[in-house]
Amino acid sequence: MSAAVQEAGGYNFAYLDEATKRMIRRAILKGLAIPGHQIPFGAREMPLPYGWGTGGIQLTASILGPRDRLKVIDQGADDTTNAVSIRRFFQRVAGVEVTTRTAEATVIQTRHRIPERHLTEGQVLVFQVPMPEPLFRLEPRLTEARRLHALGDYSLAQLRLYEDIARQGETGSSYNHPVMVNGRYLMSPSPIPGYDNPKLHRSAAILLFGAGREKKIYAVPPWTEVRSLDFDDHPFRPMLAAAPCAFCGSRDSYKDEIVSDDRGGRVFVCSDTDHCRENQS
Amino acid sequence: MYVAVKGGDAAIEAAHRWLAHERRGDPALPEITALQLREQMTLAVDRVMAEGSCLDRDLAALALKQSRGDAVEAAFLLRAYRNTLPRFMAAEPLDTGAMQARRRISATYKDLPGGQVLGPTFDYTHRLLDFTLAAEGAAPSVPEEDAEGTGPMPRVTGFLTGEGLMRAEAPDDGEAPPDLTREPPSFPASRPLRLQALARGDEGFLLGLGYSTQRGYGNAHPFVAELRVGEVEVLVEPPELGFAISIGEITVTECQMATQFAGSREEPPQFTRGYGLVPGQNERKAMAMALVDRALMARELGEEATAPAQDEEFVLLHSDNVEATGFIEHLKLPHHVDFQSELEKLRSIRRRWEAERVAARKEAAE
Amino acid sequence: MSALLQAEGLRLRFGAAPALDGVSVAIWPGEVVAVVGESGSGKSTLLRVLSGQIAPDAGTVHYAGQDVLALSEAGRRRLMRTEWGYVHQNARDGLRLGVSAGGNVGERLMAAGERRYGSIREVAARWMERVELDPARMDEPPRNFSGGMQQRLQIARCLVTEPRLVFMDEPTGGLDVSVQARLLDLIRKLAKEMGLAVFLVTHDIAAARLLAHRILVMRRGQVVEEGLADRVLDDPRHPYTQLLVSSVLAA
Repeated sequence: MSAAVQEAGGYNFAYLDEATKRMIRRAILKGLAIPGHQIPFGAREMPLPYGWGTGGIQLTASILGPRDRLKVIDQGADDTTNAVSIRRFFQRVAGVEVTTRTAEATVIQTRHRIPERHLTEGQVLVFQVPMPEPLFRLEPRLTEARRLHALGDYSLAQLRLYEDIARQGETGSSYNHPVMVNGRYLMSPSPIPGYDNPKLHRSAAILLFGAGREKKIYAVPPWTEVRSLDFDDHPFRPMLAAAPCAFCGSRDSYKDEIVSDDRGGRVFVCSDTDHCRENQS
Repeated sequence: MYVAVKGGDAAIEAAHRWLAHERRGDPALPEITALQLREQMTLAVDRVMAEGSCLDRDLAALALKQSRGDAVEAAFLLRAYRNTLPRFMAAEPLDTGAMQARRRISATYKDLPGGQVLGPTFDYTHRLLDFTLAAEGAAPSVPEEDAEGTGPMPRVTGFLTGEGLMRAEAPDDGEAPPDLTREPPSFPASRPLRLQALARGDEGFLLGLGYSTQRGYGNAHPFVAELRVGEVEVLVEPPELGFAISIGEITVTECQMATQFAGSREEPPQFTRGYGLVPGQNERKAMAMALVDRALMARELGEEATAPAQDEEFVLLHSDNVEATGFIEHLKLPHHVDFQSELEKLRSIRRRWEAERVAARKEAAE
Repeated sequence: MSALLQAEGLRLRFGAAPALDGVSVAIWPGEVVAVVGESGSGKSTLLRVLSGQIAPDAGTVHYAGQDVLALSEAGRRRLMRTEWGYVHQNARDGLRLGVSAGGNVGERLMAAGERRYGSIREVAARWMERVELDPARMDEPPRNFSGGMQQRLQIARCLVTEPRLVFMDEPTGGLDVSVQARLLDLIRKLAKEMGLAVFLVTHDIAAARLLAHRILVMRRGQVVEEGLADRVLDDPRHPYTQLLVSSVLAA
């Protein structure tokens, strides 16, 4: 341990002290045992601001071991500033190996995306979550929302969908579309695009969700049923830009739309930079 | 073009260097020291110390220097640092009754045992910019201390409680108070938890809420029973020792407000106490905290709770400025993946809308 | 046949004043029971106790063999959105104002597990028609509707899951007289068609006469007179009932 402490510049391995990690691991295990159920935990103040991934960072810090290989993405990309900052943080305080390759990573911390490549057993995907409560726009009071979860009463969420379809012909949420986990708990998948929702269903990888400011952890164990909330006669349909990637030509990956000039020109490129690189090589 | 939107490594490096440069300001001028801040920007340091919940004025001064004077950023630095410190034990409750008060006033009594002590306050200054301060000068003289000293200062609320006119607080149940920094808050919240949250809550937020209770949003007819600022001893009792020892003293501001309560089936009409305690000297916040503490007692007292300040989930979950600033400022992070879905969604809805309009126009024409 | 809802010996005090002072009441399937009395007589409290919203100090409430006071919150909520309905005096308390008329009617269906958008629309449209609202307006918010229409919408929202027992708290209060008459007619028609049991609280003797099979007269937390509607109104025996009835006639 002393060598690890040395490496991390005076901090414990992966920044958090071992007692805090144990507390977080207990919350993770509880979360895995009750898929989709939000577990309150004593979130610590991190040296990064709330809302910038403190929940995800605490999860990653608690599960990371010296032999792990870490990948960090934000908006699908390894080289966005926040991803760079979090990756550096773990390099500095844990000294673990980092990678941009999805296939090689054991732990992937992500903000707002699920990698295009199918994750495998043994991988852990850690989501940064801003608002863990899927009902918060319908019921801002946590005590009342907790009661609705306990009673499994999700008619408010279904009513919201009904209203969207009645008003605009389709569901209103294009990202952070709520999901039913294991037929029991309604869960926020974090603000991933609807396009990524189906990847939650029967995922081989462990899915962990951390909300630092809201002090909640929840989880989906491998191979769990995860269904996007919808109506039988209006099934959930994820949106995808029709254009191919300007770099790799992929048609089935999620795209970023980039304004290429001031005359309305648009270019579409893969949001998942590793996936794009693989396609090109 | 693609490179321009991604790739942050170099950009972050450069931004940090630039930030350091801006912090230093004009290098021709002497660099300000944390010590100077500690001694001359005392109230700013106190605020950072309180909201950073780390009672160390040297560290608070350093944080303030590093944050270019941004109090919330400094509190954040302090919180993050404090979180890495080992925690040995909890101190004994502070005995503010034994405070060496530099300032002690009561608005409810003209005079009282221990006297009114005005102390170092802006209260009766004329708010005129003092241009002599623009020049450096000799240190102002120290006022002479009263030869008799102040003597003991019994708490004003004690007089009222003694007479049975002030609602007695719940007796100490011996239970350790919850620790907001280790456990997530749970609702309904106990009073210790509420007070803890308020004590490290944002001064501006509490000020606005406290103010709102005076303006009809929540019933409050408050009196400052007592406001005192001074030093109190911090005692700890190490288990291996079996008795308490002093580990130093800290400055705190304590405010006790007396507010009327109409009474209920079980309780006679009486005064109730709103309590504010803030590390360092910060009367504004201690007073606002006392008002909000009282407003949050509405539920226990069976009062109608309709105002924001009476809503504990609203107050407690939005009073922490480190949480609030993080979440507001995170909107600066890229959100283009979500925005892209919104674009596709909006286009899809627009197509449907256009199609329906065309169909309607056709129908109208036929 | 046994009573659908049966309460025995209900007692409840607010401070010094008894709100319920030994009240027993039963309602049979398909029966409309009106409770009349002045404000403060305890009739609204009785309604809230019977529907499980507040617990009495003493007494029992049974619904179809279940002890209502012993029900878990989940159990009570399930009853409230399936076999029971509750019509508030103020339609705004019973409706979601931010949600379309169709959504308001459809919510209980969704709560009961309906997952087909099309059928929810169909049933909601049918129910809007049944309460004499134009189904073409089902995507409009309730605020576009008049007070009487809002009240009819609230009734549709309640009845869409075909409850067996509906509690009504001054359903015509605050409406114009002509609107009141139309609403009372509608309630009578629906109650008859659906075989609804209705527990109606009203200070309006005329409404009670029009709707109720049976009338309870309450005063100071006690039922002072009880009987078939016509009997109570045409041949009141208790001096207080006589006063109530005559004051209506005088007005």
